[in-house]
Amino acid sequence: MSNRVPLFRISALVFGFAFLYIPILLLVIYSFNKSRLVTVWGGFSTEWYGKLFANDQILSAAWLSLKIAAINATGAVILGTLAGLALARFGKFSGRTLFSGMTTAPLVMPEVITGLSLLVLFVAMEQFFGWPQGRGVTTITIAHMTLTMAYVTVIVQSRLSTLDDSLEEAAMDLGARPAKIFFLITLPIIAPALVSGWLLAFTISLDDLVIASFVSGPGSSTLPMVIFSKVRLGVSPDINALASIMVLLVTVGVVIAGFLMHAQEKRRQRDMQMAAAGGK
Amino acid sequence: MIAKAESPSGQRHSAGAQLILRVLQQFPPYRWTQARLLRWGVRGRTAVIAIPYFWLLLFFLVPFIIVLKIAFSETQIASPPYQPLFQWAGDKVLEIKLNLGNFMFLFEDNLYWKAYLNSMKVAFISTLLCLLVGYPLAYAIARSRSTWRNVLLMMVILPFWTSFLLRVYAWIGLLKNNGFINNFLMWLGVIDQPIVMLQTDFAIYVGIVYSYLPFMILPLYSNLEKMDLTLLEAAADLGSRPFKSFLTITLPLSMPGIIAGSMLVFIPAVGEFVIPALLGAPDSLMIGKVLWTEFFSNRDWPVASAVAIALLLLLVIPIVLLQRAQSAEARGAHR
Repeated sequence: MSNRVPLFRISALVFGFAFLYIPILLLVIYSFNKSRLVTVWGGFSTEWYGKLFANDQILSAAWLSLKIAAINATGAVILGTLAGLALARFGKFSGRTLFSGMTTAPLVMPEVITGLSLLVLFVAMEQFFGWPQGRGVTTITIAHMTLTMAYVTVIVQSRLSTLDDSLEEAAMDLGARPAKIFFLITLPIIAPALVSGWLLAFTISLDDLVIASFVSGPGSSTLPMVIFSKVRLGVSPDINALASIMVLLVTVGVVIAGFLMHAQEKRRQRDMQMAAAGGK
Repeated sequence: MIAKAESPSGQRHSAGAQLILRVLQQFPPYRWTQARLLRWGVRGRTAVIAIPYFWLLLFFLVPFIIVLKIAFSETQIASPPYQPLFQWAGDKVLEIKLNLGNFMFLFEDNLYWKAYLNSMKVAFISTLLCLLVGYPLAYAIARSRSTWRNVLLMMVILPFWTSFLLRVYAWIGLLKNNGFINNFLMWLGVIDQPIVMLQTDFAIYVGIVYSYLPFMILPLYSNLEKMDLTLLEAAADLGSRPFKSFLTITLPLSMPGIIAGSMLVFIPAVGEFVIPALLGAPDSLMIGKVLWTEFFSNRDWPVASAVAIALLLLLVIPIVLLQRAQSAEARGAHR
């Protein structure tokens, strides 16, 4: 069966990846276009990159977005780890069904609904408690943390449920306190999951337009909000330049992460082989 | 045995963790919080559950209750622009004013009906297209050599890490009247007039398929990858042709993956705002866009809330389907 040339499979791969990558490729190519018309080639030029780095509005929005994304990702990893730990290791506790429902629901909730509901919450809270005063970085961060902790929870929970808890049990039998077990055993094991959770939370926050638009206030326009208002008016080449920079950063990041994970996997396999040889 | 499994790398990790623990224990707020919590009888376990639980109650559940409340209250020109639903009506009697007007308004005004139906139609067609594009790709990846699989899978996810907004933006340049596709086709001589693609439903379909393709491929891949290939060999031995084996074995077995992937595309697509706003016609009716306009342009919070509640009710069935498909997958994995 396998010596039939998998023509169908090859063409599915070629077609699928062409569909995924050609738009991005064109975006990058046309960022070096001299012409202002985005689709007519007017010669090679890097002037749009210069224009991009001279645009204060975009730069300050990008800096704001990066700050929000970093704080959000850190908070989301802490909350998501706690939630994932509770769901994977604590068995039954009262209100578990509601809890697990609330951790997965944000994943499928349409963004417009999440954004609207968080905004009305913030308005109501301001009325009753006087906090948060106005809306801005704080409210965007809280909103993003609520959304992205759900992703971290899923990652941590699935990582923990594929691990058997014999190491943790052994430590408990030897008298280690729960906090010590968590920091010395559980945390190092799930560290890779936490790193990918952090990166995912960071990216989602950096990318979010809809929720941020609902809960942001005057003077706190994030990068996607600035891009959206520019793009709505039509195509502009400096956005192409911005997109190319982002594509470059992501590609480099993912390739490095891929190599690191590959190396770690190899080391783990070698360790396991050594352990198996030692056990004999 | 376990000690041996903890090789040098393991020791390095736990040394780092030990350091974190030491630092934390020396950190006054940590010790203070720990002592305080213990005095209240709160164990670590309770705190681990309580912190995220409280967070989600406050920032996920309570907001919905408030939206529900606003959906039943009347508009007023003030800040916030709605009337309170609960009022102390003298003598400490709690008066609850339920105003069904906003929902009646949704029923009576054709605009909302059309927007809901159109959103469902657009989401349904895009999901179908996404399945048509995603299934062959997921299948091809799942049947590649195992050394290739991870690389190919990473290539599917890679665009997902770049900005969603910019990926949608890329299609404006492709689909415009003087855009790349039209220029290319005219250069080939296939057409002499540009085809209008931007600001049509077609553009919205393309945008949704392009943006949500990984959501379709990942569940399909994980389903197809763990399929028992001996079934196909048995079928081939008994003289079944590959295509027939696919229809009678692979396709039915991948049903949970198909449902999970389809729902993961369909649910967010119904409420999508960015794609119709950038690629669709200005008057294209999608419910996410209607909600956005009610909220930001008309500042009618009660109607926007009613639209949100109605949208949520529409999505209950697909969300239940998704959860059933996912638990079926989980059971399959444990078998």
